[in-house]
Amino acid sequence: MTSVTAAPLIEVDEIHTYYGKSHILDGVSLAVGSGEVVGLLGRNGVGKSTTLKAVAGLVHPSRGEVRFDGRPITRLPAHRVARLGIGYVPEDRRIFPLLTVTENLRTGLDRRGMTAARKKELLEKVYAYFPVLAERRGQAGGTLSGGEQQMLAIARAMMLEPKIILLDEPTEGLMPRMVSQIREIIDVLHREHVAVLLVEQNVPLTLDASQRIYILEKGVVRHHAPAAALRVDDAVIHQYLGV
Amino acid sequence: MRVRHTVVYWTGFSVILALLVIAPVVLPEFWRRFLTEILIWGLLAMSSDILIGYTGMVSFGHSAFFGLGMYGAATALLSVQPPNLWLAMLYGLVGAAAVAGFVAYFSTRLRDIYFAITTLIFSQIFYVVIFTWTEVTGGENGLTFSRPPLAIPGLFSVPFTSQTLHWFVVAVVTLSYLVLRRITRSPFGMVLQSIRENEARTRAIGYPIERYKIVAVMLSGLFAGLAGVLYAVQNRFAAPDFVFFLVSGEAVIYNVIGGIGTLVGPILGAAFFLLLREGLSRFFTEYYLIPVGLIFIAIVIFMPQGLLGFARRWLNE
Amino acid sequence: MDIPFDQILIQTLNGIVTGMILALVASGLTLIFGIMDVVNFAHGELFMLGAYVGVIVLAATGDFWIALVAASLIIALLGAAIYLMTLRPLLGRDPLTTILATFGVSLVLQNYALWQFGPVARKIQEPFTGHFTIFYLDYPWYRLVIALLAAAIIGALWLFLKFGTYGIWIRATTQDRVMAQAMGIPVPWVLTVVFAIGAGMAGASGVLFGPLVGVNHTMGLDWILKAFIVVVVGGMGNLAGSIAAAIFISLLEAYAALWVSPAQAIIVSFVVLILTLLFRPTGLFASTPR
Repeated sequence: MTSVTAAPLIEVDEIHTYYGKSHILDGVSLAVGSGEVVGLLGRNGVGKSTTLKAVAGLVHPSRGEVRFDGRPITRLPAHRVARLGIGYVPEDRRIFPLLTVTENLRTGLDRRGMTAARKKELLEKVYAYFPVLAERRGQAGGTLSGGEQQMLAIARAMMLEPKIILLDEPTEGLMPRMVSQIREIIDVLHREHVAVLLVEQNVPLTLDASQRIYILEKGVVRHHAPAAALRVDDAVIHQYLGV
Repeated sequence: MRVRHTVVYWTGFSVILALLVIAPVVLPEFWRRFLTEILIWGLLAMSSDILIGYTGMVSFGHSAFFGLGMYGAATALLSVQPPNLWLAMLYGLVGAAAVAGFVAYFSTRLRDIYFAITTLIFSQIFYVVIFTWTEVTGGENGLTFSRPPLAIPGLFSVPFTSQTLHWFVVAVVTLSYLVLRRITRSPFGMVLQSIRENEARTRAIGYPIERYKIVAVMLSGLFAGLAGVLYAVQNRFAAPDFVFFLVSGEAVIYNVIGGIGTLVGPILGAAFFLLLREGLSRFFTEYYLIPVGLIFIAIVIFMPQGLLGFARRWLNE
Repeated sequence: MDIPFDQILIQTLNGIVTGMILALVASGLTLIFGIMDVVNFAHGELFMLGAYVGVIVLAATGDFWIALVAASLIIALLGAAIYLMTLRPLLGRDPLTTILATFGVSLVLQNYALWQFGPVARKIQEPFTGHFTIFYLDYPWYRLVIALLAAAIIGALWLFLKFGTYGIWIRATTQDRVMAQAMGIPVPWVLTVVFAIGAGMAGASGVLFGPLVGVNHTMGLDWILKAFIVVVVGGMGNLAGSIAAAIFISLLEAYAALWVSPAQAIIVSFVVLILTLLFRPTGLFASTPR
């Protein structure tokens, strides 16, 4: 395992969350280094999405801390967290259905230091990565296909020029061709030095794309290993993921 | 724990009941009437609690039920001689039930906000009709009539005194409370509460939600109408002002102040509000509603359980 | 029944004028509902207070247009204050509570107006007199102007939402509040501003409507009812629908007033509401079911 000398980009430190009386996260800790792709695996309902939401500031843990570049961000409202450079791509995409593709992208553009020129530049850059979206730029988000919406959701998060993107089950419900496109996008992000925290049900894809893997079970991290080690560790995979 | 609660509950109940019965004997006339009015408005608020507190439906339609109860009683007392108390009640309840059925039919399929608005509109429909149909309803001026005696035809007939009327009202309101309490704790009442907690899930389990809601509205309307009858008998007039949706709003206020979902809370809320109005009106004359409104908002934000909130589980278990 | 043509014409014009003002009021209401799921019971009172502010500023400056702008701004600020004090604490709670809270606010505002201004109606002078002739009738210029002004304000709002820098923020927040936050949009601020805009529009309507009737503390009650009906008939959160519904209902009421008294004419709008709820509950003019 590569040692991280500076403070990791994201540090989740023993967070506990509740939903009503249910104890969802029961002391989750993990870390993501700058530029790393980290996978978060686990069966349904163990708290993977909740962990991402806690990092994004959409859920506030009742105990524990989330740190970004060493600074605690646990109590920050979600819009501040986003502006720090944490992009979030939720399960079921949630693009703005009545906004056009361009307008969807523009929601992330009004930030400090963004001149009109820079905004245009960023928009064109993202369109270059996603030519399909460029073709549909005037179309309402709700009229796009599932795969296109997934791309839009990721492109939209990229408009924040984030240091890390939180991806929640990006390949769910997509055709195999789209799945490999998502895989490529993760590589692109990695090349751009954007860290990725990837939650997925697709175990092979996650093992392939990530450098390190955490496995969650019943609200706690049960296993943590480099992806390379896990690729050959069928026993662990079977135990926690039942595959 | 439960046994202790029950004992304490019934003791408290008896004490309060005893106080209410003794009250007219010891209180001066003004406060006697005031107490009677608190009970009547409390009954109205209690009826509204069935919807707000137990089924989770905010209704602004109670003024229509109350008004129809009032006008129904008025009709009976004016058109049938000699004026008969029970006939007045019958007419009033039938009137209120009819309106409740009508409103229920249209509104219950709607969710929260739409339901609230629709019931408000219905109140106004009845308001406009009553206000403008002068030949039948006396229009703006309403109707006046004499108070019927407490009578069982053939047996006895005794005109009401302020005292005996008070006892009558206490009896009716207490009975209503007991009946409603029984109903809210019955399986039917449990379903209503489950509708309030999670309508989708209740529907998914298989309950015909709309039917339950309709019954809830009619039940609520009946007791609101009963309050209207009592008001008519007490004050000997019926006026369109009482059908205006603000009256429903006041019932809702009593509910929230006292504590929704408690049955008793609304009565306390009514008492609190009316006493506050009485007290403040000495200083603020007509503008007492400003501080009262502010208190109401504060309670909604900070004490959503109402004054009685913390005792809620306790009292009705 | 022989209704002379000129009366029908006048009522058509009246219906359009009232309809545009109602559209302005309802637009604010539906904007607020669309973005934060709040039914603002106090909207009618904001309208009423706008009219009163208009009265005061007009008396102080003698200029109707200054009064219009001042009322819009002051009521917008009042709206922001109301939102911050009573609605923001209730975010995330049962929607029931916002109905109750805004109802409480409406009571306070109504009685405040009664306290400050008394029960006697005030008057706002029309900014200019003069009639124009249509066919062979005289119709006051002023009424036409306010209809146009109301339309202009709504048009400006629409343009702002569609093309303005922050229009995207508002529309995104309306469509998905959570993801708007995740995109860095300062949602708490957006909600406050939208409430203020809605309030400002109500305030402006009050000043525009002032010269047509007397200004008194109960004028809000009538309008909140009509505004609710319009918003439901037009489709909750549907801006275009509200406008169409406002004109539609006002025209119907204006025509009905030819036969019955104005107090009874309002039953027409009630009937339209009931029919809409029975047959097209998402709104008569809704194109996409929400």
